[in-house]
Amino acid sequence: MDLFSTLVLLLDSTVRLSVPLLFAALAGLYSERSGVFDIGLEGKMLAGAFAAGAAAAVSGSAWVGLMAAVLVSSFMALVHGFASITHRGNQIVSGVAINFIAAGSTIILGQAWFSQGGRTPLVGSDGRFGAIHLPFADALRGVPVVGPLYSQLLSGHSLLVYLAFLLVPFTWWVLFRTRFGLRLRAVGENPAAVDTAGISVQWLRYRAVICTGVLTGLAGTYLALAQNAGFVKDMTAGRGFIALAALIFAKWRPVPVMFACLLFGFLDALSIRIQGTPLPLIGRVPVQFMQALPYILTVVLLAGFIGRAIPPRAGGVPYVKER
Amino acid sequence: MSTPYAKLPAWADYGLIPLINLLVAFVVAGLVVLLIGENPLRAAVILVDGAIGRGQAIAYTLYYATSFIFTGLAVAVAFHCSLFNIGGEGQAYIGGLGVALVCLTFDSVLPWWLTFPLAIAGAALFGAAWAFIPAYFQAKRGSHIVITTIMFNFIAASLMVYLLVEVLKPAGSQAPQTRTFLEGGQLPKLNWMLEAVGLTVRSAPLNVSFLLALVAAFLVWVLIWRTRLGYEIRMRGHSPKAARYAGVSEVRVIIVTMLISGALAGMMALNPVMGDQNRLQIDFVTGAGFVGIAVALMGRSHPAGIVPAAILFGMLYQGGAELAFEMPGISRDMIVIIQGLVILFAGALEHMFRPSLQALFASFSPRAVGAEAKQGESA
Repeated sequence: MDLFSTLVLLLDSTVRLSVPLLFAALAGLYSERSGVFDIGLEGKMLAGAFAAGAAAAVSGSAWVGLMAAVLVSSFMALVHGFASITHRGNQIVSGVAINFIAAGSTIILGQAWFSQGGRTPLVGSDGRFGAIHLPFADALRGVPVVGPLYSQLLSGHSLLVYLAFLLVPFTWWVLFRTRFGLRLRAVGENPAAVDTAGISVQWLRYRAVICTGVLTGLAGTYLALAQNAGFVKDMTAGRGFIALAALIFAKWRPVPVMFACLLFGFLDALSIRIQGTPLPLIGRVPVQFMQALPYILTVVLLAGFIGRAIPPRAGGVPYVKER
Repeated sequence: MSTPYAKLPAWADYGLIPLINLLVAFVVAGLVVLLIGENPLRAAVILVDGAIGRGQAIAYTLYYATSFIFTGLAVAVAFHCSLFNIGGEGQAYIGGLGVALVCLTFDSVLPWWLTFPLAIAGAALFGAAWAFIPAYFQAKRGSHIVITTIMFNFIAASLMVYLLVEVLKPAGSQAPQTRTFLEGGQLPKLNWMLEAVGLTVRSAPLNVSFLLALVAAFLVWVLIWRTRLGYEIRMRGHSPKAARYAGVSEVRVIIVTMLISGALAGMMALNPVMGDQNRLQIDFVTGAGFVGIAVALMGRSHPAGIVPAAILFGMLYQGGAELAFEMPGISRDMIVIIQGLVILFAGALEHMFRPSLQALFASFSPRAVGAEAKQGESA
């Protein structure tokens, strides 16, 4: 295989692997920009994936699976909101709790309902989001350079992949060009000012965590019904935390979030690709090092060695209305 | 900033509210059991009987509790400085490396009671070292300790898999684990202690690190409430501004607190690695670092609360195994749900019942709530 087609294959799997990260990181963006830290992305994604897998297996429809995932993830996001907005609990503690509840209940319920060792039954092609072939994909396949790029890299992904990348400009537009977005960012920086303007801080933050719930539901659906054909226990495997890392890496901005997710997806794809094969100059890179690289990069960034990641100022602080 | 909630009498604050929160967590867990079509009351009976019904079961319960005391104390010490050390899992994992290196070096030359102190030092040193980097970044560069410690959990997992697969595995072996330690690297069991009070224990992994855990709990109490350093830690935890004004070096307190926290988490490794499996295995921590969060929240960061909370989670682990045997629908993962619910209700939603209790107390004796409010601050 020549270098070019290898590269296209690598980029193709980069796109596939970065989509769940992108959904989850954008989800976290809404919540954290409104001042509610969310380390429960992992749990909401997992619960969403389970709901998608279970509902699609029972109904046979991918769309029912999607609806179920969005509902379940949003419910869990509301629990997080209830604890951290209404009851002013510790947002980190609440996020940790969500992760555990999701990790345990997906296995217990999966086993009780389907008795397949915690996985949901495999769904047929109707229960999945299949590949969409863009127009002329087959016709252009033979054209050098442009052909493989168009027909392999751009075409042939599921609907959710295109949706994820469309959500990037959409999120940018919402945050920076709408009244809701302005208020959302304001409430994450200075909730007292928003409150003074007569806008409910709590309701605004609730809307933000609902956005988070919907998007983590999409992330879960992608894992269960597009990348796989059903839910497998613990299938998020730390992606929620990588998404969190990507969000920090991108300094809580939508377009950089996309590039951070693509970078982490690329590292993942690369580590699968070069597993065991020695590289020129460096020699054999341990797989474990490649897996740890996103986390190491995030720590280095947080320490301020490459730029500075400054979180929303009111993040993590419950808002107490003055009486 | 003023406290968002008014004070309750101390006994309600430290006894009643945690109890109500815990109760609600178990009621919700019971609903999950109902949801999968089993009887929650019968499940509870099996669980409790499986955890403390026989001498063997009690020994296992205390074995699990040992690990949770260490990780619970680790989280609690950091809490007092208002730091959230979520990295107990990784610190314990790396602590295991310290234990294993000591045992592999000295197990053929020293008896266990000489290896043990060295292993304690190794575990504490390695655990503390793993906590040092996040602590330094938090103190010096202001990077959020929660995020860095999460990242360090993943980095620790990758590092340990690499070391076990590529470096520590004996030649010719397939399993990613070290060789079995000789007698000098094995901790004696404590089963005779239970047999002395008339219980029968056939074989259980309860070992002397349980006693070390109790000593550690006492020392943490001394540290936090009876030393100058403990005072500085609590002062920084209550009000970083006040601490700075009083001349406490924030950088030093943060780093020292995290080193102690990491050392405690690392010492958890003694229990499974040196006390039970006698070798370093992949994933030997099995979530004990995270259980520490639930234990610390439930025990309200006080050793006197942490030890019973750890024993309760030990019961859940041991009884949960029995329960999975009796009711196949309820596997060990049920504990993960309970753990999450305890963290949710005893941690994030700890204030949920406070306003209504407050109103209740106020209706009985307004003075009890109002007058004691000012004294209650010291606790």
